[in-house]
Amino acid sequence: MVAASAGNILTWIVWVGAAFACLGSGIAVVTFKNPFYSALALIGNLGSLAVLYLLLSAEFVAAAQVLVYAGAVMVMFLFVIAYIGHKFETPWAGGPTWQTVGAIGAAAAIFIEVIVAIGLKAGGRLDHAPHVARSFGTPSEIGRLFLTDHLLAFEITSIVLLVAAIGGVILGAHSRRAETDARA
Amino acid sequence: MLGPSVAWYLGVAAFLFGTGALGVLLRRNPLIVLLSLEIMLNGSNLALIAFSRHHGNGDGQIFALAVMAVAASEVVVGLGLIVALNRKRLALDVDKLSTLRG
Repeated sequence: MVAASAGNILTWIVWVGAAFACLGSGIAVVTFKNPFYSALALIGNLGSLAVLYLLLSAEFVAAAQVLVYAGAVMVMFLFVIAYIGHKFETPWAGGPTWQTVGAIGAAAAIFIEVIVAIGLKAGGRLDHAPHVARSFGTPSEIGRLFLTDHLLAFEITSIVLLVAAIGGVILGAHSRRAETDARA
Repeated sequence: MLGPSVAWYLGVAAFLFGTGALGVLLRRNPLIVLLSLEIMLNGSNLALIAFSRHHGNGDGQIFALAVMAVAASEVVVGLGLIVALNRKRLALDVDKLSTLRG
């Protein structure tokens, strides 16, 4: 019992650290002027989200998050930002425009709406969580689900990735041709 | 389950979604709009995984992995568009890209 409560306190400490890192880096992404710093803050956001996924016993998703998101996708982002160069914008310069006020109001409305919907729909039923099997969230369990119950989703995902790759190649090739046209 | 209940995770997910929506609405640099979109997608992913753990059902994690694949495709196409814009010497400002407006 003592060991269980010690584990509970430890889990809470890890959760609070990861959650505040997640929220703080999310705000940092939106507020930094330099897109390079925003991308670096997003890497921190994705890493702390992976910790939260681990606390929810989703080991495979946490590993995929670090590999695919914080690894591959963010490296691509950083390359593009380095290629384009730093283009600063000053989102907070001058007084608050109607656009700023409207954006903050809309974002706050979305947040409050989600919280109220969760509270009204499922307020009392979210307190207890069931015990799950030891295999929950492991790579073998995810693979079994992907290749049995969700085979169609798995195959459609591969088609989506193929179409995106072709689209990226076409976008790059088209703009290169336009550049040579402009030079000629 | 040790630690906080699912409602706490859902609160974090809602806050992340709101932050991402704020970035999409507020910022004018298309790169930062894409980064904020990633935050919104990750907020919904966190909610999916929290509910998956709550119900003890792995389907939510499969959905979260599918969302990650869609996000990767979206980044490829979005960054391709931004690089194409930059090559055509267009301003990287979503307010000035209004040629298609009716």
